[in-house]
Amino acid sequence: MEIGLTQVLIAVAYLIFGPLLGGLLAGIDRKITAKMQGRFGPPILQPFYDVRKLFEKEPVTINTGQDFYVMCCLIFMIITGVLFFIGENLLLIMFTLTTAGAFLVIAAYCSNSPYSQVGASRELLQMMAYEPMVLLMAVGMYMINHSFYVKDIVTGDKLSFVYLIGMFIGYLFILTIKFRKSPFDLSLSHHAHQELVKGVTTEFSGRTLAALEISHWYENIFLLGFLFLFFANGTWLLALIGVVVCLLAYFLEILIDNGYARMKWQFTLKSSWFVTIIFGGLNLVLLYFFGSFELL
Amino acid sequence: MGIIIFLILFPLVISLFLLLIKSDKIRGPLVIFSSIVIAASSIAFVVTRFGRPAKQLLWPGGGTDTEMVGYAMMAIEVAIAVLIIVLGIKYKKVLSSVLAFLQCGLLVWFEFTKGHEIEIASNLSVDKLSMIMVLIIGIIGTLICVYALGYMKDFAHHHSEGKDRRPYFFFLMFLFLSAMFGIVLTNNLIWMYFFWEITTLCSFLLIGYTRTPEAIRNSFRAVLFNLIGGLAFVVAIITIGNIFSFIEFDQFLEYGRTVKANGQLDIAVSLAVTLLAFAGITKAAQFPFSSWLLGAMVAPTPTSALLHSSTMVKAGVFMIIKLSPLLGVDNMGFTQSHAIDFGPGFMVVMVGGITFLMASFAAVSQSNAKRVLAYSTIANLGLIVLCAGIGTAAGVWAAIMLLIFHAVTKSLLFLSVGTAEHNIGSRDIEDMDGLFGRMPRLALFMIIGIAAMFLAPFGMLISKWAALQSVIDSGNVWVILMICFGSAITLFYWTKWLGKLSAIVANRDNIQDKVHKEEWASLGTHIVLVVLISLCFPIISDKMLIPYLSNYFQGLEPAVSAALSSDNMLIMVLLVAAILIIPLLFYGRTRKRIAPLYMAGVNKGDNLTFEGSMEQDEPVSLRNWYLADFFREKLMSRIAIIATCVVLTLTLSYHAAVGIRLIEYLLGGGAA
Amino acid sequence: MSFITKSPWIIHYDGSSCNGCDIEVLACLTPMYDVERFGIINTGNPKHADIFLVTGSVNEQNISVVKQIYEQMLEPKVVVAIGICATSGGIFRECYNISGGIDTVIPVDVYVPGCAARPEAIIDGVVKGLGVLAEKKEKLSERLKRDYIESDDLLDPLDDEIEIKVYGVQDAADAADGKEEA
Repeated sequence: MEIGLTQVLIAVAYLIFGPLLGGLLAGIDRKITAKMQGRFGPPILQPFYDVRKLFEKEPVTINTGQDFYVMCCLIFMIITGVLFFIGENLLLIMFTLTTAGAFLVIAAYCSNSPYSQVGASRELLQMMAYEPMVLLMAVGMYMINHSFYVKDIVTGDKLSFVYLIGMFIGYLFILTIKFRKSPFDLSLSHHAHQELVKGVTTEFSGRTLAALEISHWYENIFLLGFLFLFFANGTWLLALIGVVVCLLAYFLEILIDNGYARMKWQFTLKSSWFVTIIFGGLNLVLLYFFGSFELL
Repeated sequence: MGIIIFLILFPLVISLFLLLIKSDKIRGPLVIFSSIVIAASSIAFVVTRFGRPAKQLLWPGGGTDTEMVGYAMMAIEVAIAVLIIVLGIKYKKVLSSVLAFLQCGLLVWFEFTKGHEIEIASNLSVDKLSMIMVLIIGIIGTLICVYALGYMKDFAHHHSEGKDRRPYFFFLMFLFLSAMFGIVLTNNLIWMYFFWEITTLCSFLLIGYTRTPEAIRNSFRAVLFNLIGGLAFVVAIITIGNIFSFIEFDQFLEYGRTVKANGQLDIAVSLAVTLLAFAGITKAAQFPFSSWLLGAMVAPTPTSALLHSSTMVKAGVFMIIKLSPLLGVDNMGFTQSHAIDFGPGFMVVMVGGITFLMASFAAVSQSNAKRVLAYSTIANLGLIVLCAGIGTAAGVWAAIMLLIFHAVTKSLLFLSVGTAEHNIGSRDIEDMDGLFGRMPRLALFMIIGIAAMFLAPFGMLISKWAALQSVIDSGNVWVILMICFGSAITLFYWTKWLGKLSAIVANRDNIQDKVHKEEWASLGTHIVLVVLISLCFPIISDKMLIPYLSNYFQGLEPAVSAALSSDNMLIMVLLVAAILIIPLLFYGRTRKRIAPLYMAGVNKGDNLTFEGSMEQDEPVSLRNWYLADFFREKLMSRIAIIATCVVLTLTLSYHAAVGIRLIEYLLGGGAA
Repeated sequence: MSFITKSPWIIHYDGSSCNGCDIEVLACLTPMYDVERFGIINTGNPKHADIFLVTGSVNEQNISVVKQIYEQMLEPKVVVAIGICATSGGIFRECYNISGGIDTVIPVDVYVPGCAARPEAIIDGVVKGLGVLAEKKEKLSERLKRDYIESDDLLDPLDDEIEIKVYGVQDAADAADGKEEA
């Protein structure tokens, strides 16, 4: 890895524009959702107002450990995104992403609060549900481009999407979990699902909650970046198509969000593993099959 | 060579002393002193031999000295067999008696016939792998012995009805260390087998230490499975000795590699490798033999720590890692050039993979901390076995790294759980909530240990990463799926435990001052080791692993650096440093107002009770998910046992033909 | 300007109402009235909320609950009493178990009378509450400057002496103290 000026610039750009784009996306999300429900909806910039407001609230916490874990979650999420956008190793990125998720879960666990803990358990279950698919995708990318490095995948001349359609479908499926959309918003939801109060975030307040919200923005941009990888092959045309597909995928998630009620955790686990095995696994097997006949 | 003999004999002598010493006052200093000596001499051993050639063969046979040693070993082996046979008959476990008789008989027969004629060029060998093992045994093993000093005081106190059998306990612990040094430093297969059997015997006696009916039952299960492995070992020795007329490990490896390099398929080599790998699988507690390791938990915690981290199971994976140049698999079923091959590589990879996956599944449903640790040990060993079975440089690199990290971390976790158990009176994870308030330092140690098991940026994860990459490169598509799912499950069961530990529960008394200082000393050293290894693993890789691997694999640099380039290692090391420093800056400081928890408005104010119906105060009780419907332990292990049995049967029957020919050949007096 | 007025999150609590006002509160969230236009979200969690909407009067059993929810909200916060029962006790005022309007328990900033209060009135009340919220925010900023920036006492997590303040259950706590003394 050469850390040149470009990498530093990209990292800085991600640090600044990541949350801006993520927040904007969240605002558009809320607007579209409102339109789908026949409402007018909040201003596009509403997520920024919300976060700004959270910073204005009184500083309160429930114990002295929680803020630390949430900060770690944010830091690791930023590291994940930065590593991704400067073109680092996909497996490394996956592992830092997992660590960020684990910190969120621990932040909720450490409160020893009933609602938080239920949220934490569910969050953990969701992580277990999507993790295999995420790893498989990294494997698939490696097999097509013969490298785990994002920079090689982006500049590689192969169009991963063609070879990894199954993985693409699987990824769309688990994106619903990662974007915290119905029917898989078990642990935490932006809608008024009241049985859990606010799940993982029940005991977060003020700045802590704002930090978490910002980490979600970073995460969403990173996740869409990952989706973009399926289309990146170094040409502008496909880059454009990639961006369009990212936006379409996000729209699809909003549509699903509005079309479904929340499912039980059993369904979440079973269905995502089923999809992982059927689409991801089958795709992998086919890749190997063709690979061994040197068709790739 | 002197230092090697010292490493093997010194723990032996100390163990005999410890058997005789009844007084606490002498035992304590003696154990600490000899632990320091053993640890220091293992470090000295590595330091003095570091610069020498990557592989050294020592102590040629043929002299009277080796002959005497050989006879002494045979006599002891017979004595061990007699002991097991007698105990087997006494406790009506005839099967283990039969096995012990069979393997002892076979070995003695071999030694007096063919074995007698074979010239031995070197009885001992030292390479970088055995240096790593010596360090693990010498440091982790002795740390566990020191810990046991404090722990066994409490244990003897809790179990005060019988007579104090601690001398016997420490005797076995040190004997174990001696035998382990023997296994990793010998080159002569018969010698290695001798030490192999001593570890079997020691684990048998240690597991049965409490002599409760359960302990006796479990100890016999352990000895039975290990004797099956031992039998395979003996048959392997007979095969190698009779067909190739040598019984040295290095010669066998060399021969096998030449055969492999020429693209021939020598079925006799394949048979011998299969048998040795089979012995390794039994000792490494892979499915279908894993239940002995779970049963071993009836013994006092230091025993579990010793069996799980630095000895016993590590002997099993050590064997498989040593064999790895002869293992290896091709794309299973998906290549043009190779037909489906049920060779030893297939067996090792599949058994390792299935074990990794299913043991991880089974760990989810466990709330007993020691059982979680046990399943995680089995799973991690599965991963090591799998990586070694892949038989590529990167795979073996990952296997050895996993072995190192696992030894340190698992020992730390077992000892922490042992301390927690003695102080909170339970080894159930559910009873550990709020441990952060009651025993902050211990909880911190456990948290570091657990984080080191599965989270970035600690070493286990780096090894897993390399493991995944080597599996992908080797093209085992089924194994990739196993690793992906296994990792997800691993994440689940560790994090929920981590969550329990990190929970900050109000109003808990601090009870950690009751912990013995030997225990703190041992635990503290473990923590230092965990951090140290995570920080300097690039150095370990450069100075130890690469030289070892270069003995056996070509084109090493690209293979390993593709798995883990130095800049990735650097990122990891930076992250370790960051994760150590950030808490110092932030953790536990807040200028915020501390508010009570949200409990739907009925928190009684202490965060521990809420107002229930009829104005009754109800205690808050939080429980984790064990998903028993999904991951039932019995079901998981049954599936795993069936699957691995199928694999073993396939491989063994694949070699059955040559086995039969071999028997004919032997019976025919070498006429074939 | 204060962002708090642009993003008022609410929590809704039903004291002992006939559910008329509750339905009207929920009606505010529907497409017809769509309060999310103003950035209002029904959070259901006092720790996230800025505005406390209470419907119905307070009875003896939920005094502590109302107090606790109020205490668990972070400053700046505003209480809006919805409906005549919440305002003054309404037709339940004289009941044996009713302590009266919300202001008998916690300080109320905005009263929205009506039986049931109309959604337009409720939205109006909330918007009125925003003004109060902005004022309180200014006061909070001043207080924070004083308390948090000048003092530097840090809390230690492993210190068992951390006091957990008892909110809204003063009676229970008093009773417990009494027991200890006895």
